[in-house]
Formats: sequence, structure tokens, C-alpha cells
Amino acid sequence: MDLKALFKKAGNTLEGGVRIAKKRSSTLSCPRCGSEYDKESVLKNHWACPRCGGYFRMSARRRLRFLCDTDSFQELDRDMASKDILNFPGYSEKLAGAAEKCGQKEGVLCGICKIGGQDACIFAMEPDFMMGSMGSVVGEKITRLFEYATERHLPVVGCTVSGGARMQEGIVSLMQMAKVSGAVKRHSDSGGFYLTIITNPTTGGVTASFAMLGDVIVAEPGALIGFAGPRVIEQTIRENLPKGFQRSDFLLSHGFLDAVVPRQELKDFVEKMLRIHGEAGRQGDAQHDNF
Amino acid sequence: MTIFEKIQYTRSGKRPTAAAYIDALFTDFIQLHGDRRFGDDNAVIGGIAMLGNTPITVIGIEKGHDTKDKIQHNFGQANPEGYRKALRLMKQAEKFHRPVITFVDTAGAYCGIGAEERGQGSAIAENLYEMMTLKTPILSIIIGEGGSGGALALAVADAVWMLENAYYSVVSPEGCASILWKDPAKADEAAQALKPDAGNLYELGIIEKIIAEPEDFSADAEKNLFFHTLQKDLADAIRPLQGMQTDTLLTERYDKFRKVGAYDRNHH
Repeated sequence: MDLKALFKKAGNTLEGGVRIAKKRSSTLSCPRCGSEYDKESVLKNHWACPRCGGYFRMSARRRLRFLCDTDSFQELDRDMASKDILNFPGYSEKLAGAAEKCGQKEGVLCGICKIGGQDACIFAMEPDFMMGSMGSVVGEKITRLFEYATERHLPVVGCTVSGGARMQEGIVSLMQMAKVSGAVKRHSDSGGFYLTIITNPTTGGVTASFAMLGDVIVAEPGALIGFAGPRVIEQTIRENLPKGFQRSDFLLSHGFLDAVVPRQELKDFVEKMLRIHGEAGRQGDAQHDNF
Repeated sequence: MTIFEKIQYTRSGKRPTAAAYIDALFTDFIQLHGDRRFGDDNAVIGGIAMLGNTPITVIGIEKGHDTKDKIQHNFGQANPEGYRKALRLMKQAEKFHRPVITFVDTAGAYCGIGAEERGQGSAIAENLYEMMTLKTPILSIIIGEGGSGGALALAVADAVWMLENAYYSVVSPEGCASILWKDPAKADEAAQALKPDAGNLYELGIIEKIIAEPEDFSADAEKNLFFHTLQKDLADAIRPLQGMQTDTLLTERYDKFRKVGAYDRNHH
């Protein structure tokens, strides 16, 4: 046993989530079976464990690198940063710490990209920025992305991972759920295509808003997806939860997912979906080009 | 009262619940049941009623009074079918151009195995999504507890009003204290920090009106005056909303939520 690890401060674990032990920068250990690998071999295997198939947690950047065509991602609203609206105790420090930890100003990356040569708007939430929680900036950036996509008739691909609405911005965080949902609705009403990719874990206010509003909703295998977190439910009903509760297959069997797509097949799946939807909303332009 | 004392007051059972509002403010209430999908959730009550001469679709989250009644209403904690019933009634209101008035009083959407199996997150999301473009006026009143997503699912409205001692919050103060400080006993501090009271929410531009409360709801004369004033205020607020062009109504509703949030742009 690594003695040093015993004295390490506990990392920021997402409820029901996994923790990547910080080892020497080039070595990673599988969150499921503990096998250690160098970064290269994990990368080659689509960020999954070559032995047991368990998924390593992906940062937003890595997620985008993995889904977007090489060098095609152009970030929007990169400099937007949160304010401590309510003067909430400890929030400013937490924001600074989170920004330092993941080298990003906030909990979501938004932009435009190409996937299989097709234009799309894309967002990826950042699990290490305050548990991917949604405050003003996360809500504003995703709203702007949908508005941008609506204006330009582009599809939106969204990757979620989140503990829900961010407590430190109080009611303002809650309102982001309505704000983003409104922008998704306008995008949808204009004929835009929205594909949601739910990853482990996605709970609370994100599940109760844009994660569940895709035209097509898929999840990675084994992802925890729910409104209430499993611990809260256990405390409420004072019972143990059934095996597999709130995991991807559970949601699939209850009718809330279109498919469970293994990480290795995800990029192909997204490409295919975008092709079928013809960069939804652009059909008009395409017909015009035929003349 | 401190913010936390106000929150405790909303939970005390010493205030009128949604059913009392429906009874006092409207006439000819006809209750309509069921979500046409799974069942009828008694935590949400709804139907059609008259506000003066105007037909209204009324929906409320009902906590109940005595123990038996509370159990029947699941202590005002709705399951997905409750939110789906509310949406069904709102779509019906849209079809017949009836304004919608909702009364929100819930600690939160119910946390349970069945609620997750039937898609609590999906049900709430659908309500936010559909209410944003529902082509008829919506007015919501937070009468007691406005517990997170379970409250918001009935409060995406053209106007959101709040009772003086009600609260509306992203998380319960107890939940906030136990998650952030590992100490539910710090709920009092969490309540201060979350600023979920009517005064703060008005300052933040989240609500349009604070409704003054009687000192004591058990005093009949005070209570009657309270309802009488509220009834008049509702009629005065609904009329101009009904007169608006649908496009304008929906644009203003979108913008009301669109503008919520504050952020910095750091240039370096």
C-alpha cells in the first residue's frame, strides 16, 4: 500500500463517481480495477481500461478532443468567469481553486467544431470544476451556444457530467435550468437537432433540464443518471437501493434513453446522427445549392 | 424573523395550503385528475375555476393538513406523474386560451425509487421546456416552500409572486449545510447565505411581487382580507397579460429568465 496516499487529502469525488488517483503524470490507474497504465495506452483505447473496460474520467478538453475532428474546435465565450453574486461564504476561494485545478475559468466548454466533416455546436461539462455544477456562467454559456446554433441552423451536441445546480449561487443557479431549457426549446422549434450524451455522473438540476431534452439522448455505459442522488434517496426511504439503480441500463429499460453507446463507438455514433439529420435546419440551404 | 425562522414557519402547518387558496380565490372549481400516462398524483391538485368572470386553469402543490391527509398528498412532494398532470392541464389551458395560475408549496420533488424509475428529471425538464413557450399567460405564486426544481417545474411564468414569509431556493438549508459544511445543524447559516427569502429574491429580480401576509392566518378577519386583496391583485394582473399579443408574451417570458445571471469577463 502506498503510505503517502493514506495521508492525501480526499479528492473531489462526485456522488457515485470514480476518482482518478493522481500518480506520476504519465501513469494512470483504472478507477474500476486499479490496473496502472501509461497515458498513451489509455489514450489509444479511447480512454477506457484495456483490461476491464472501465472508463477513466474525461476532462471537458479531452472529451472534445475525442469527439471533434482534429483541430476543428473553436471555443466560444472562453473568458466568461463566475462572480460571487450572493457573497456566499467560501465561494470565491472555491472558484479560484477550481480554476487552478482544471485550468479553465468555468465548468463548461462551448464552441463550434466539425465532427466527421460536419459543422456542429458542441459543449462539454467539466467534472473537476466544482463537480460540474451549474451556476450563472455554465447556464449563460450553454444558452448562448443554443442561441448561436439557432441563428446559424446548426445542430448541438452536448456532453453532460454534473452534480446539478450550484448551491453557492442560490436561486440564480436554479433559474439557469429554466433559461437553458428555454433556449433548447427555441432551437428545437426552429428545427435544430440536439444530441445529448450523458456521462457519469449527471444528477440534479442538469438531469432535470437540458440533459433530458435532447431529440436523441444517449449515455455511456454504467453512468449514474438521476434527479435525486442515491444517498439522498436512501436516506429518504431508509432502504438499500437495488443493484444498477440509476445506471445507464436502468434508464434505458425505463424508457429514458435512446441508446447506451460505448465510448469507443461514440464518435462514429455522433457522426452518423449528424449525417442523418443533415446538420438539421440546413436542408433549405442545401436544396438551394442544388440549383 | 430570521430567514431560517421564516423557512420553519412555512413548514409549520399554520398557513393555508394550495387547496385553501383555490377555495378562497375562485368559484366553481372543478378538479381534474390524472396525467393520462401512469396515474393521479395527489401531491398536485388542479382543474378549472372562475376568477370573477374569467375561466382559469389552477394548479397547486398540496401538502394536506392532518396526518392522513398529508400522507394522501405525499406531504406535498410530487412524483413525475404530478408534474405530468400539471403539464397536461397547462396544455389544455393553452388550447382553450385560459390563463394558468399555480400555487407552489413544496419541500421539493419526491426522492424515491419509483420517482426515478418514472423519470423525475425528465418530467421536470419537460415542464420547464414546454412552459417557456406555452401560448397562454402563466402566473405563479410561491405560497410557502419553493423547494428547488420541484418548485420551478410549476413556476416558469410571466409573473412570479411570493408571500412575504415564503422561500424559494436551489437547495434546502439543511441540505446545503450538510453538503458544504458536513453539518446539518448549520442550516441557519446556510439559510442566510442562500438568500432565499422574498426580499432578497425581489432584489435579485427573480420575483415581481411580494405579497403581504397577515400576522396570523388563524384569525378569520385578517385571512379574509388577505384573500380578498390577493383576488383583486390577481384579476388586475391577469387582465393585461390576457390582452398581450402571444409573441410579445412569449418573448417577455423568455427574456425574464434569459437575463438571470451575473458574470465577469476577464481579459488576459
